[in-house]
Formats: sequence, structure tokens, C-alpha cells
Amino acid sequence: MSATGEQKKNGRVVKIALIVCVASFLFGFRVMPPIYRIACEHIFGIKYENKVADGAKVAAFKEDDARLVEVQFVGNVNSALNWTFAPEVFSVKVHPGVLTEAWFDAANLAPDAIVGNAVPSIAPNRASLYFNKTECFCFTEQTLKAGESRRMPVRFIVDPKLPADIQQLTLSYTFYTNEIATKRLAAQPAAVGPNS
Amino acid sequence: MANTSAHADHHDDHDHKPEGFLDRWLFTTNHKDIGTLYLIFAFTMVIIGAAMSVVIRTELASPGLQHVQPYFFNQMTTLHALVMIFGAVMPAFVGLANWMIPLQIGAPDMALPRMNNWSFWIMPFAFTMLLGTLFMPGGGPAGGWTMYPPLALQGGASVAFMVFAIHMMGISSIMGAINIIATILNMRAPGVDLLKMPLFTWSWLITAFLLIAVMPVLAGAVTMLLTDKFFGTSFFNAAGGGDPVMYQHIFWFFGHPEVYIMILPAFGIVSEIIPTFSRKPLFGYQAMVYAVASIAFLSFIVWAHHMFTVGMPLGGELFFMYATMLIAIPTGVKIFNWVSTMWQGSISFETPMLWAIGFVVLFAIGGFSGIMLALVPADFQYHDTYFVVAHFHYVLVTGALFSIIAAIYYWWPKWTGRMINETWGKVHFWWTMVFVNLTFFPQHFLGLAGMPRRIPDYNVAFADWNLISSIGAFGMFVTPWMMIAIFAMSKKQGAIAPQRPWEGAHGLEWEVPSPAPHHTFTNPPVIKPGMLAHGDVTH
Repeated sequence: MSATGEQKKNGRVVKIALIVCVASFLFGFRVMPPIYRIACEHIFGIKYENKVADGAKVAAFKEDDARLVEVQFVGNVNSALNWTFAPEVFSVKVHPGVLTEAWFDAANLAPDAIVGNAVPSIAPNRASLYFNKTECFCFTEQTLKAGESRRMPVRFIVDPKLPADIQQLTLSYTFYTNEIATKRLAAQPAAVGPNS
Repeated sequence: MANTSAHADHHDDHDHKPEGFLDRWLFTTNHKDIGTLYLIFAFTMVIIGAAMSVVIRTELASPGLQHVQPYFFNQMTTLHALVMIFGAVMPAFVGLANWMIPLQIGAPDMALPRMNNWSFWIMPFAFTMLLGTLFMPGGGPAGGWTMYPPLALQGGASVAFMVFAIHMMGISSIMGAINIIATILNMRAPGVDLLKMPLFTWSWLITAFLLIAVMPVLAGAVTMLLTDKFFGTSFFNAAGGGDPVMYQHIFWFFGHPEVYIMILPAFGIVSEIIPTFSRKPLFGYQAMVYAVASIAFLSFIVWAHHMFTVGMPLGGELFFMYATMLIAIPTGVKIFNWVSTMWQGSISFETPMLWAIGFVVLFAIGGFSGIMLALVPADFQYHDTYFVVAHFHYVLVTGALFSIIAAIYYWWPKWTGRMINETWGKVHFWWTMVFVNLTFFPQHFLGLAGMPRRIPDYNVAFADWNLISSIGAFGMFVTPWMMIAIFAMSKKQGAIAPQRPWEGAHGLEWEVPSPAPHHTFTNPPVIKPGMLAHGDVTH
């Protein structure tokens, strides 16, 4: 009925449309997550990655004796996790540029060993780029056997370039069950835990 | 249908319908038959979705838990939305596109007829899978149609069924959209230039672009949900370093264009009906085309207004607020142009015109509440309340659904060769008009008073308006059956429709006999002055 020229034209439309589809699938699946990260860090100034601060950068910080910033600590536990978790002190005053240490206590109330992960958050958001952790229990999985408790440190240093209007910042953690690691742990013959 | 007496009712030399039920419907490549299938499917889904809303409104008729358990209530709200959006409104528009676009541009059929068959026949399977979850252990999806993690991931096997059903619906929509683009770009009759195309065709061309751009994004989002649930990834799992807020960004990057996928064809339909019954060409035809295009463009940069309360930086909230309010401009252009088309026209109020005017008035109410929701400081109060429910039902029921009903009344004589009973059509309209407002208008008050959505029980302070809303919903549930009766009556004993059943109707679809023969425009029509409804026309 129709000329082959028309079929060729239809074929071209289909080809272009399918390319658009594949591109937009990849956009949602592979491109949006990194873009989200970049937008957080570079446009809105919210630190996204939770990793050890760059040692050279931290070493170059100059202590700012003239300024005192209050750092508050909050410890939360996700409702699905039968642990207790709280900071030992609720707030400290620090000079920007000075390495400070704070301790958190966690205890497992459940009858089984559980692997947990702590997810940190800084408020206000825009302070997060100026808050550097050189060591943190949130960088690794924490395994607590039934009834076990643990003191855990976080060492941090506030960037002296912290905007002048921020006098107070809050570091909060929420502990979640790491379901995959907990299952793996339960599947192992009850030998020694990795942290004992 | 008429296959047993196919020889008897030939209207045209080319009217070769396939013999046999399966050949006619299962293997069909005819755009009219596929359009009919889509519309029947959508109508079935409307009734299923409406039955679910009756369950919801029965439970909400009085405070306390009376009839269903909260978990089942949540399944009903979730499935009501999925069925109405993906099963009713979208297939109904695709069905109308299948029927009317080839007729409006003088093409013999859709460009890719076999793919057209496939894109329809995926749909029943997708919805069997989705609705089948209701009968499985653990029940259907109950985390809301937006499927926000972590809540949505706490379902059982229904998560996987829902994700795969959405994949299939997405494939169907994408194939339908590709077909429509290919048809419109390649198969227009000589003389039907792009800026002479009817607005229904125009709005569908733009909608089809939106579909191929965003349906794959939804597919990506639900695939990530699937891998998070079953394969141990942590895209949205905070415990594993993921971010549940990112899901909302990806979902609404699809979701907002999706909202316009469900309303742009409605704009097209109303832009066809109002000029016909005002007996004037459409006021500002080109402005209407550009307004649709700019609404489509803006839909990509406003998504975060659905999630103002997630804790976005101030700059983000301001950007999305202003971008959202910008949409009021092209939408206002459309509303004013419809009103200007009616201005000083010789208007008559046949049933399709009543539905179209009902659309303009009630859709505008939904638009106004949309502007209220766009304001960041106000939205913190309205977020996830019944005010949002009232808003999107005004734009989807009295918007999209009214336009679909208007389109069926408008083109029915062309499809079947029979007129409908005007008296009953008007009863249908006024009945709906009363009960739809009774259902949804009080929900504005409930929302402003603080009643949350997706909740089976509520404070006794909300009891009165909830009861009124439920009475409205029960009245609404009569309307689909009324519609079946009206159209069955017309098919049996309606007056024979002439080729141009509406006095002021222009456009190529009115140049073929009623009912439209199985094959039309096998030779491209020769366009004569006054034949086209739009473009540089005087009539």
C-alpha cells in the first residue's frame, strides 16, 4: 500500500525515538544519582559522601583562637534496631582548626549479634562542607554481640573558613540495622565475631 | 461485533472487516478497532478504580474503623491511583488518539499498525498482574502510588509484581507514543501543514514527546526499587549509604511531566469542541499550540514542588516555586482563548459542549488550588492533606475525565453512525456536575482544617464534610452505568447520524461518512477551502 520511502521515514522516527528512550532510561538510572550528588555538593553546599577527611587539607588548617563554635551531638536509633545509642557529652565548644574527640556509647539489647551502620548528618546543611572527620565509627560496620556495649570515638576538625554567622552546629547519627551483614553473620557457624 | 453480517452493512467499497472474532480484535492492525479496544479497556478500568474509591469513601463516611482494615484501605488508595492513572486516563487518551489522529490528518491508518496492536495487548496483561496481587498472600501494594521508599519496599511479593506491571505499562505507552509521532510527522495528507493540524493532534504530538522522554525515567526509578528490595543494592537505603530523597527527585522528574501527559490531550479535545459549538474558529490557534509546547517544556523544571517539605535548600525552593507559578501563564492563555472563542459566538449547548464548558470552569478551580500549592510557605501547611487530594481530583476528574467524556459524546456519531439521546446526555452531565462537586469540593475544607490524606480514620471534627464527600462519591458511582445505558441505547435505537452531525464542525474527520468505514483515506483527501478547522481559516 505505502511506498518504501514512507517505511524508511517511519523507521527513522522509530530509531530516533528509541534512542531518546534509552537515553532517558540511562538518565534516570545512571545519570541522575551522580547529578544529585554533584548538585548537593557544588550547588547547594551539602556534603554527600561520608569518608575520611583529606589529611593534607586538614593539616593546613590554622587554629582560630579568637572564635569558639559549639558542636552538639545527637544519637538516634532506627526503630527496627534494638540498640541504645547516645553521646557521652551533649555539646562541646571548639576553636575552628583544632582536632577534637567525642565519644558515643552503643549497647545491643537484642538476644542476637547485630551489625549496624551509623549514618551521620550535619545541621545546618551548609555547615557540612566545613566539618571534617578524621576518624569515625560511622565509616565502618559495627558488630555488637547480644548484650555487648561499646565506646566509639569520632575525631573531627572544623574548617576555620566556616561562615561567620554559624556559631552552632549539630552532628547527629542514626544507627540502622545492616540487614545483609547481619544475615551473613547469622549464617556463619557461631565462631568468633570479627570485632572481638 | 458486526462480523456475522459483514456483507450486509458495507457502507463503502473499502469496508473489508476481517471475518471472525479473533481476526477482528486480537490480531487487528486497524487504528479504529485498536482505538475501540483501548476505550473499552479504559472504561473497564474506570469501573474497577471507581469501585475502589467507593470502598475508600465508605470507610471514610464516618470516623472510626467500620468496614475495612487499615492495611486493606492502603491497598485501595494505592491501586485506585495506579488503575486510574495508568489504566483509565492514559489508555483512554491513547484510544482517542488512535481513532481520531489518522482521521484528522487524512492518513489511512497509524504509521506502525502491528506495533499498535502490540502496545494495546500488553495492557491487559500488565493490569492482570497488578490487580492479581490483591488475591496473593500479603495483599497488593499499599505504600501509595508514588512508591516512596522505604515504605513501599516493606511490601511483600507485590513490590515485584507492581514494578513489572509498571515496566509493561511503560513499554506500552512508549510504543503508543512512537506510533503517534511517526503518524503525525510522516502521514499527513498533502495540505495538512503542521500549523494547520487540529489541536487534538497537536497536543498529542507534544504529549507523545513527553511520554518517550519520561516513561523510561519511571522505569529506571522502579528498577532501582526492585534491586534495592531483592538484590541488596542501596540506591535509596539510608542504612547502606543511599538516599530516599533521591527517589523522590527521580520519581517526580517523571511525575510532573506525567501530570501534563494526562491533561494536554484534554486541552486538545476542548479546543476542538468549543469552536464547533460556538460556530467560530478557535481564537488564537497558534498561541494555543505554543502554550501547549511551553507547558510541556516547563513541566521538566518544576518537579520538586511535589516535595517542598523534604528539607531542600532555600534557593531550590524559591526556584521551583517561581518556575511552577510560571505555568499559570500559558495555562491562562488557554483558558482565556477558550472564553474568547465563545465570546460573541452563536453558542448551542449540546451535550459535548456542556462537558467542555464544565471542563473549563472546574479545571480552572483545580488550577487555582494548584497555584496555592505552589507557594512554598503555604505548601508546608497543605502538604499531604486532603487539600492536595481535592486539587488533583479537580484537575484529573473534572479535567482529564470530563474531557474524555466530552470527546466520546462529540465523536460518538462518527464512530457508530448514531446520535445519542440529548436529554439523557444532559441528565448525565448535570448529575455528574452535582455529585463531582459534592465529592471533591468539601475536601478543600478538610485539607485546610488539617485532615491528612491516605488515612482510614480521622478526628470527629472532620465527620460532616467527610459524610458529604462520601455521598457525592456514591452518586458519582452511578455515572459509569448511566453512560453504558446511554450509549447502548444510542447504538440500538439512536437517530441515524449524518456525515456532519454537529452544525459548526470542521476538520477532515467530518469529511468521511458516519459511521466511519473500516478503511478511510486510502487515497489522500484533496483539501478544499473551509475543510480544515484550524490554521488560516475563515468560516
